[in-house]
Order: sequence, then structure tokens, then C-alpha cells
Amino acid sequence: MKKIILGLGRYFLFVIETFKEIFIPPLEVDVILSQMYEIGVRSVPVCILTSFFVGMVLALQTGISSTYVLNEPLYVGTVVTFSLVKELGPMLTSVVLVGRVAAAITAELGSMRVTEQIDAMYTLGTEPIKYLVIPRIIAFSSMLPILVVFTNFVGVLGGLVVSYFKLNIPTTIYINDCLDYLRVDDFFHGFIKSILFGLLISTISCYKGYYTEGGAEGVGKATTSCVVVSIVTLLISDYFISALLVAMRIG
Amino acid sequence: MIKIVNLYKSFGNKVVLQGVDLEVYDGETITIIGGSGQGKTVLLKCIIGLLKPDKGKIFVDGVDITTVDKKMLRNIQKKFGYLFQSSALFDSMTVFENISFGLRHLRLTKEELQRRVKLYLSYVGLKDIEHLYPSELSGGMKKRVSLARTIAYNPQYILYDEPTTGLDPQMTEIITDLIISLQKKLNVTSIVVTHDIKSAIKVSQRIALLAEGKIVAIEPAENLLYSTNTIVQKFIKGET
Ligand SMILES: Nc1ncnc2c1ncn2[C@@H]1O[C@H](COP(=O)(O)OP(=O)(O)O)[C@@H](O)[C@H]1O
Ligand SMILES: [Mg+2]
Repeated sequence: MKKIILGLGRYFLFVIETFKEIFIPPLEVDVILSQMYEIGVRSVPVCILTSFFVGMVLALQTGISSTYVLNEPLYVGTVVTFSLVKELGPMLTSVVLVGRVAAAITAELGSMRVTEQIDAMYTLGTEPIKYLVIPRIIAFSSMLPILVVFTNFVGVLGGLVVSYFKLNIPTTIYINDCLDYLRVDDFFHGFIKSILFGLLISTISCYKGYYTEGGAEGVGKATTSCVVVSIVTLLISDYFISALLVAMRIG
Repeated sequence: MIKIVNLYKSFGNKVVLQGVDLEVYDGETITIIGGSGQGKTVLLKCIIGLLKPDKGKIFVDGVDITTVDKKMLRNIQKKFGYLFQSSALFDSMTVFENISFGLRHLRLTKEELQRRVKLYLSYVGLKDIEHLYPSELSGGMKKRVSLARTIAYNPQYILYDEPTTGLDPQMTEIITDLIISLQKKLNVTSIVVTHDIKSAIKVSQRIALLAEGKIVAIEPAENLLYSTNTIVQKFIKGET
């Protein structure tokens, strides 16, 4: 228990330190761009794959359930879109990125820490927080929302395919269902959430990597811990962020 | 000049340094010897600001770095180069990128950078390896590239942490000669940490022995073997 509180304290200090550094020039633009490519562009395939299937299964389950209850697959597009835009899009994309990117960030920074590369960077006149941490946080928190918007589209498309071929819902009806009830607020609900998720995951993974100790074994532990802590934090904070956004009348 | 006064550092309840006093004069090479785990690395890391001492003062050219703010500390730190025991090369970067990393803020042209990297590689007796990654180098080459990276930063003080440990006798000889020739070429002030007495005597003007968290003896290098200090004698005979 004491360890958790100490860890939390250190995490908040790390975040404060990092955000102070963001406003001190120079900003490592080249590194930020290459991280954006690494984190954003290279995650597109796996995001397409997962969200397409999630859209498909959502449509299938909704179609079958509403056929039980109403004898007809109604509002499939509406359910798929709402689920994706407000919840599943941000959550699933975040979880995929925890696995694909956050774990790699912790492992990379962790091994740089235990092999003294971070110390070496400092002795060569470059602030490691500036060169390693800030670019990753900026790239992650800006690419995640973009990926989420993108995966929402792909997921809705997956739902469309199942609706059309399996549930025999005409395309126009599905699309009308999708769009008729959706408000700009609902979009922003998901969008703001994914920005916050991005900040949470990227700061957690950088923190875990930056303070790794104990050699190769320590890197392994830090990486595992990053994945567990990130996912638990995501799931718990999701409720509170949603409740807060609803209370602020966003979605 | 570096002046260390009554320096203390512990980790948890493990006391490592307890009252280190040391003066390093401009232009000299001083070696700190001592058994492993005596806190030699910790002392170097305190000097360069990677570790914060619990108590005591470290003056660099008259400024006490234990009390200055972060920005000032960074500026003073720019006077230092540090050769890591583990080389600590950036393994995601090529040799070229490693050596030019410390020159990033100078905004040099590509040609100028290439010229300088070539020059520093030649100082350490290497050439045509700019495109290789650290994983493709042998241990001795890593040490030398790391040394090239350190001197490329153009420091006024160089701290060497066990520059020859783990190398074969021939490579030890080469690195020792390198340190001496860099000393002459660049006229830097150096602190070398090692437990290799032979190379200590060869590279340095003065030798200090660190034991039980203190500097227990300082001798001119050529006198070390004839020191009357019992702890020094014990260390030389391999009893500590
Ligand atoms: N970051 C650290 N945390 C805890 N203990 C440390 C740390 N760094 C060094 N120590 C301890 O300090 C002592 C001195 O270490 P070091 O300076 O590396 O010795 P050496 O003289 O061999 O270079 C060792 O006992 C080591 O366990
Ligand atoms: Mg050491």
C-alpha cells in the first residue's frame, strides 16, 4: 500500500516535471514526427483489422438480439455507431496501442535506463525528458484520437457488411440508422475521452520505462507492470471520464 | 579546478560516501583507485550531477554545484565529459549518430559533422565504421567509440569510469595510451577511476585511494608503490 502511494506520488511529480519541460524550448520536432509515424501510421493495419471485426460482431449481436425481442433487426446501425463512437472506439484502440506501443515504449526507455544510455544522454547536454519522453507523449496523445476517429469509420463499415449480407438490412437504412441519432456531442464525447486516454497511457508507459531499475529482469517487470497498470487505469478512469463528460453535457 | 568538501552519499541505509575530500587541479590527471563497491562510480556521478549528494560541497571552478539551480547545473555540466564503464552507446543509433549526438545543438552542416566525426574517430584509432550499430562492434571498439563521443563534446573535464576494466591486456594498453595522448592533445583535466594500479600509475600524476567512503591517501603516481600508508600497502598487495 505504501509502495502504491509512493509510486503515485512519483508519477505525478514526473508528469509535472514533464509538462514544465514542454514549454522550455527547443521542442524536438524531428523526433516528434518520427514518433508520430511510428505510433500512428504503423498502428493503422492492426487498428483496421480489430475494429472491422468489432463492428461486425456488434452488428451481429445487435441484429440477433433485436430479432428475438422485436422480430426484426432494428436500429442495428444506431447501436453499432453509438457503441463505437462513445465507448468501444476509444477503449479498443487504446488497448491495442497499449499492447503495440506502450509496452514497447516502456521496454525501450527501460533498457536505455538500465544500460545508462539515459544518463549518457544527459552528460552529452541533452535533457532526456525532452528528447525521449515529451516526443512520445505528444505523438501518442495526438495520434490516438486520430486513430480512434479512423477506427470508428472502419468499425461502422464492418457493421455495414454484416448488416447487409447476414441480416439483410438495406445499406441506406443502416446508414440512416447510423447518422440519424448521432449528435456532434457524442462524437466529442469519444474524441475528448481518447485524448485523455492517450495522455494517461503515454505518461504511464514513459514513467514506467524512465524509472526502471534492476537490469534486464527489471525491464521485463516494468513492461508487464506498464501493461497491467495502463489497462486497469483505462477501465477505471473510463467510467469517471464518461460520467464527468455527461455531467458537462458532452454526449 | 574541482574541489570536493566533506561529501556524503547513502542509498537507503547503505552508506557509500562518508566525508570525501578531494582537490583536482587544472590540467592534471588524477586517478581514484579502490576496491569494487567502494563508491568510485557514485563519486563520479555526484561530480557530474547524475546523483545528488546528501551532504557536502562540490566546487567546479569556484561554483558549488550542490546548491545551484537546475539551469545553472546544466551549464556547468556542459564542461564535463563522462566515459561510462558500460560504454552506454545509444544502441538505436549508428556510430556516426552516437558521436555527433553531443554536437546537435551546434547546428553544423552535414559535411562539417562528417569531418568532425572522422577526426574524433581517428583520435581513438578507428575509421570507416560510421555506419555501424553498437551491436556490431567489439567491446574494445565500443569503449573507443564511446571515448570519441565524449571528446567530441569538447569537455574541459573528462571523467573516466573504469576505462580499461574487462578489456584484454593489449586493448588496455591501447586505451591507456589513448588517455595519455588525449590529455596532451586536448589539455583537459581528467579524473580516472580504476582498480588497475598499473594503468593508474601510467596515466596519472596523482593517485587517490578511496576506502570506506573516504579518500584515505593521495600520493604522486610514482610514489604509490612505496607509500608508507598501511591501507595503500594493503590495497597494492590485494588484501582489500
Ligand atoms: N543507484 C543505487 N542504488 C542503491 N545502491 C547503489 C546505487 N548505486 C550504487 N549503489 C551502491 O553503492 C556502492 C558503491 O557502488 P559503486 O560506486 O558502483 O562502486 P564502485 O567503486 O565499484 O564503482 C555499492 O555497494 C552499490 O551497491
Ligand atoms: Mg564502478
